[in-house]
Amino acid sequence: MTGFTVSRRGFLRVTSVAGAYLLGFRFVPGCRDQVGWAGAEGELNAWIRITPDDVVTLTISESEMGQGIMTALSMVLAEELDADWSKVAAQPAPADRDRYGGQSTGGSTSVRQDYEPFRVAGAAAREMLIAAAAETWGVAPASCRTERGYVLDESGDRRMSYGRLAARAAEMPVPTKPTLKDPSTFRIVGHDTKRLDTPDKVTGRAVFGIDVSLPDMLIAQVERVPVFGGAVRSFDATAALQVPGVRHVVEIPSGVAVVADNFWAAKRGRDALTVTWDEGPDGTLDSAQIRQRCRDIVSSGTEARREGNPDTGLRAAAKTLDAVYEVPYLAHAPMEPLNCTADVRADRCEIWVPTQSPSGSQGAARQITGLSAAQVIVHTTYLGGGFGRRSQTDFVKDAVHTSRAVGKPVKVIWTREDDVRGGYYRPAAYNEFRGGVDANGWPSVWVHKIASPSILLSLGAELDGDLDPTGTEGAANLPYGIPHMQVTWAHPDSPITLHWWRSVGSSQNAYVTECFFDELCQLGGVDPVEARRRLLGAHVRHRRALDTAAAMAGWGSAVPAGHARGVAVHESFGSIVAQVADVSLRSDGTPRVHHVWCAVDCGIVINPDTVRAQIESGIMYGLSAALHGELTIERGRVMQSNFHDYPVVRMHEAPSVDVTIIAEGDPIGGIGEPGLPPIAPAVCNALLRLTGKPVRKLPIGRMDA
Amino acid sequence: MTTYAFTLNGSPQTVDVPGDTPLLWVIRDVIGLMGTKFGCGIGQCRACTVHLDGAATFSCQVPVSAAAGRAITTIEGLSDDGSHPVQRAWMAMDVPQCGYCQPGQIMSAAALLAEHPRPSDAQIDEAMSGNICRCGTYNRIRQAIHLAAEEATR
Repeated sequence: MTGFTVSRRGFLRVTSVAGAYLLGFRFVPGCRDQVGWAGAEGELNAWIRITPDDVVTLTISESEMGQGIMTALSMVLAEELDADWSKVAAQPAPADRDRYGGQSTGGSTSVRQDYEPFRVAGAAAREMLIAAAAETWGVAPASCRTERGYVLDESGDRRMSYGRLAARAAEMPVPTKPTLKDPSTFRIVGHDTKRLDTPDKVTGRAVFGIDVSLPDMLIAQVERVPVFGGAVRSFDATAALQVPGVRHVVEIPSGVAVVADNFWAAKRGRDALTVTWDEGPDGTLDSAQIRQRCRDIVSSGTEARREGNPDTGLRAAAKTLDAVYEVPYLAHAPMEPLNCTADVRADRCEIWVPTQSPSGSQGAARQITGLSAAQVIVHTTYLGGGFGRRSQTDFVKDAVHTSRAVGKPVKVIWTREDDVRGGYYRPAAYNEFRGGVDANGWPSVWVHKIASPSILLSLGAELDGDLDPTGTEGAANLPYGIPHMQVTWAHPDSPITLHWWRSVGSSQNAYVTECFFDELCQLGGVDPVEARRRLLGAHVRHRRALDTAAAMAGWGSAVPAGHARGVAVHESFGSIVAQVADVSLRSDGTPRVHHVWCAVDCGIVINPDTVRAQIESGIMYGLSAALHGELTIERGRVMQSNFHDYPVVRMHEAPSVDVTIIAEGDPIGGIGEPGLPPIAPAVCNALLRLTGKPVRKLPIGRMDA
Repeated sequence: MTTYAFTLNGSPQTVDVPGDTPLLWVIRDVIGLMGTKFGCGIGQCRACTVHLDGAATFSCQVPVSAAAGRAITTIEGLSDDGSHPVQRAWMAMDVPQCGYCQPGQIMSAAALLAEHPRPSDAQIDEAMSGNICRCGTYNRIRQAIHLAAEEATR
């Protein structure tokens, strides 16, 4: 598995990971302005620098958006380095394609990609420290060992701290094949560890993109084209420019930017602006038309999966059932509104941005300015949530265009309304199911036809075989051993921009498949857990997760009056998650989710407390969508605008959550997203048992008991 | 422009801004304290929660003219060093994920505990349901409030 060779400047070679990347950079700790950074004393390799005060500064190239990645990857480095965890500090890395390769955080990939190479980097640095101590003492390196930030000699009589050794260690040859620890001896990885970013986040000191402040900086809002595919026809800035504090009004590709001394002046200027829009060809588009386009094409999709003979299976089935399942467009709505600060000069462009994609941000700025990679400097701040939205670069382009137009540093801040209406959504989907059960009631045939706009096409990519894996994931790989299966996918044209939304295709496909599965169980009169267990066959990890969650919930035992429980299991991003939800109905018919029992199999665990936190997070995010999330389109525009009409789960709606982590050394799985997909079907399956009625459309709304 | 005077984190402040400027933007853009966050601008998410004469208030909905003469506390004024019982409990529970909403959550929780030293779950629901967290840290927030209550009354 390990095919990584480390150098002072980063990994030279990655032989075993698809999309191999070259990592490495130089970093000057304590220097906020990283322009012109150079090799620093005590820098053992691209990630690790140890200063004479024994502080171990680890530089992390993945974006911290709440998922705990700065802590998790630091734990991996510190483990193999044998560092004193109390002396570890983490810093974000600047964007540098030459040294890092592409920097983009998403797809629950960070730990999956970086675990092995970061172990090598930590182990190589440790061996360099040993070599420095051995040389100092005139003994063989093999006679030395390390212990929490110190190198000790054979007798243990002599010891030197890493901080004293680091400068000399940095001159040692870089080991090509450092010895990794036996994971059974890990004292950091696999153990609950406090996050490194918490102290700054409870005192208000953490700097998010929206908090960036530069000398002479102006603040801008953009009056954005309200119709997908529309454009600015003309605008009148006379009144806006009369608002005190408004300095410039400039047209940029996304709309008209009002540039002012502060946010409130920009807002008042924007309110005073008059813009006439060219609505383009889609000024009359609405949700009903998109739904009809899906219905028109749903039966003519491309086959993504076929087992047995569905026609034969349907004829042979004891009972059959048809159902239509639908989900709406969704916005990500991260708590920090989208923003970017840019300072564009003739020969340089500097960007401060809460981004999941430093590389994409750099590329977007280069395209606009024509500058070289060396001239475009990207500083990644903390991200106030990402959920996929912050891997887009539209907000970066806004800032670069605006700064370039006015010749000053500009921070563009989107309002919440801009964010909710600004596109790059989770697509709506229309699903037709036809299924059946055999004489014993077990699901025996499964036909699932999906119609949904394509994320990849929306992003300008091409489809391989007319299939978009982001639309079929979680459906085409249904784990159940149903003898006759067919899954097809079709895509209508739509101008509405789409993007990854936390757990992507699985966000809807887990819901529709796991709910229709329970409908078939109800049709056949079989227990949903027993049916899953039976049909999961060789999927040992799925069965183990299912059994664990069912045992946690006491599946089959009595539940409180007026409550019911629902189950769902789903694999996404390499992890398998099973959940049981305990649900009742309020007197107004809205569901109340009391508790969720969750088992997660992520193969290997770095920080168990972060795994629990991410599962809790995925459940709340998915529950927001299940209970409330819906964007509707009228006249080519999004009708929702803010948290009053795009509501999300709040404290009083939040279920308590129990998480059991299964980590038996299977291939390492992601954790930022896999907690989300099972919650909607677990809740809806509980409602099916409670009311006898399936929930075939999200958000759930009101049920009649 | 008019001059408005108030007390911020114990120190007198005078600002010269239009009277309809929300306190949030006075705190952030004029005074330069960035711990108080913008989330929705319409009083729906309470990322901007500060204490106005001790009461949790969403600063995006308070024009600076209405804050004149009053005492304002932001997250920076809750303690110098993160030692407020609520902040300590937040650290003990490792509550934050992205962390963006947490200054507002902490200010709401501190006001709740000032009024109800041992809040019930129902009181927590009532006091905290105005504050949105998209990372879904609600369970840890609840646990941290109970922990802070226990520590403060021990």
